Amino acid sequence: MSTKQRSINKTTTILFIVTILMFGFGYAMVPLYDAFCQITGLNGKTQRVTEGAGEASPILDREVRVLFDSNVNGDLPWRLKPSVKSIKVQPGKFYDATYTVTNMANVPIIGQAIPSVSPQIASLYFKKSECFCFVNQLLEPGETKDMLVRFEVDQDLPVDVGALTLSYTFFRAKGNNS
Amino acid sequence: MSTVAHEHDHHHAPSGLKRWIFSTNHKDIGTLYLIFSLMMFFIGGAMAMIIRAELFQPGLQFVDPQFYNSMVTVHALIMIFGAVMPAGVGLANWMIPLMIGAPDMALPRMNNMSFWILPFGFALLISTLFMNGGGPAGGWTMYPPLVLQLGDAFPFLIFTVHILGVSSIMGAINIIATVFNMRAPGMTLMKMPLFVWTWVITAFLLIASLPVLAGAVTMLLTDKYFGTSFFSAAGGGDPVLFQHIFWFFGHPEVYILALPAFGIISTIIPTFSRKPLFGYASMVYATASIAILSFFVWAHHMFTVGMPIKGELFFMYATMLISVPTGVKVFNWMATMWRGAMTFETPMLFSIAFVILFTIGGFSGLMLGITPVDFQYHDTYFVVAHFHYVLLTGAVFALMAAVYYWLPKWTGYMYDEKLGKIHFWLSTIAANVLFFPQHFLGLAGMPRRIPDYNIQFADFNMISSIGGFAYGLSQLLFVYIVIKCALGGKKAKAQAWEGAKGLEWTVPSPAPFHTFETPPKLTKAMLEH
Repeated sequence: MSTKQRSINKTTTILFIVTILMFGFGYAMVPLYDAFCQITGLNGKTQRVTEGAGEASPILDREVRVLFDSNVNGDLPWRLKPSVKSIKVQPGKFYDATYTVTNMANVPIIGQAIPSVSPQIASLYFKKSECFCFVNQLLEPGETKDMLVRFEVDQDLPVDVGALTLSYTFFRAKGNNS
Repeated sequence: MSTVAHEHDHHHAPSGLKRWIFSTNHKDIGTLYLIFSLMMFFIGGAMAMIIRAELFQPGLQFVDPQFYNSMVTVHALIMIFGAVMPAGVGLANWMIPLMIGAPDMALPRMNNMSFWILPFGFALLISTLFMNGGGPAGGWTMYPPLVLQLGDAFPFLIFTVHILGVSSIMGAINIIATVFNMRAPGMTLMKMPLFVWTWVITAFLLIASLPVLAGAVTMLLTDKYFGTSFFSAAGGGDPVLFQHIFWFFGHPEVYILALPAFGIISTIIPTFSRKPLFGYASMVYATASIAILSFFVWAHHMFTVGMPIKGELFFMYATMLISVPTGVKVFNWMATMWRGAMTFETPMLFSIAFVILFTIGGFSGLMLGITPVDFQYHDTYFVVAHFHYVLLTGAVFALMAAVYYWLPKWTGYMYDEKLGKIHFWLSTIAANVLFFPQHFLGLAGMPRRIPDYNIQFADFNMISSIGGFAYGLSQLLFVYIVIKCALGGKKAKAQAWEGAKGLEWTVPSPAPFHTFETPPKLTKAMLEH
């Protein structure tokens, strides 16, 4: 093999390796995107906390309005409604809110709720200790359930955010097509 | 010397069909690529004719909306992956070894394979139009969840993209391996013709971006059939993530289509201005900067997904930045023509039209890159007008220019100059009648990818359709000119154009089957740009 052929082989090998690495990079964008959204709060991804861990006393002279919104994906014959449209909260204090969900179909269905907070910046400061969105929910035909979310708005919420919206969308859980 | 080049010395090249199927000759494979891309240009063009016929009047006339949408989608896929990209690779195959004084491509067998998987890829794609549930109709960008609703055609669409990706990546690897290892002694990197430079940079873009697309469509495939949730919100995924991954490929793809065109124009304008290219080094650096920047601007395709303001600002400024190296190129082309002894043969006419019309497309691109106004322009005909100015009157015009320019070298005959000029004027006028009114339609709010429209858009759509039919028909003249030239005509000299520089003009016309089997001795004059 001539030196020229050897150097062609070397270039080719390197380029094939780069190709495979770039294929991997496409996949690496998935966790990178999630991490990026989690850190920056882009995309409205909410935070999960354990209650009582380093809890500070609430700021009494600040009130923030939390609005509740609900959606159901078109594939899922369910109805979802928050029990109240909105509440006023003091940052640093935990509150409960409930959503009422009904299975309108005549078969049992498993659903999964996906939360989102708007404005995006507020999602960094919206912390849930309990939520029906943490696990899949099974509803028997015609069953109605009240579902709980326990949350706190962090005291460090930027002062220009006076109101924020918590929105849930229920989807049919993956891999259950009944 | 490479073993494959050696083999040819000992037995005659096979003739007939076998010559083409088993060919490892860069000129044969280049010809195959070019003929294939011309066929795809007409298939994709026929789809465009269906689109323009439907849009000739408001209301639904000829096709149902589902089929209309699959025409829009498949037209895009065929034109991008079937017409423009293979034409570029075909030119690279034909010209790069001739331009750098190499006997062939570095990997001739892979070259054969990268061409011959293409027809199978497109057979798969076109077959989807006859399947249960119709062909892909969610747009060439394949956004989930819409694309996941596609019927039986879905896996075929995904595998088509895989095949086309594999073909292009092999082509790109071959080009880089050739340019890095096969240059004639004395042909240093900064002495290479600009067409070679733009292709090397394009090849790097291909290698860096196409695997990402392959990954994205594989995720779509596993989302649909294997229960993953990369893009499904129900399973914790995010459909917007697909748009990020797709456009991380998609924006470099824009330059994959455009950079070889820049190389062609940088070759032709000096020839017919009878002056060296102005600012050769700055052209190389501008091309490289465009390529690098193209990886940092992808989100300008998706300003309206709900990005934070900081993200929108970053992508807006990064997008504006690309106009700097692009401006360098346009000014260099103008400076090359400045006070040159210009003549206006068909390749030069197409090149000058390229500079003007591509710049118009660039300006509408700048408008789209401004975040606040993009919210109005997004998904309207303004976008359609913009990318057809850069791709049709940009990339395709450059490819036409290249064909006219090198046709004497390929066939050994001069094409019919008079017919060439008629083809140029018909194409240029028709393309502008076709796409210029679409700017107005878009600004007035006509959305893309919808077969019907409000009657207020009727007049401009009719004008646009007439331009479309005229453009489509005038391309038949191009086929006639090429065939006529291949069959005979005025004999072409080795140096077919008076002002042409470069090694390809030192070999006879038509270029013999084997060239530069011993590396050429390069003189200083030969290395002038």
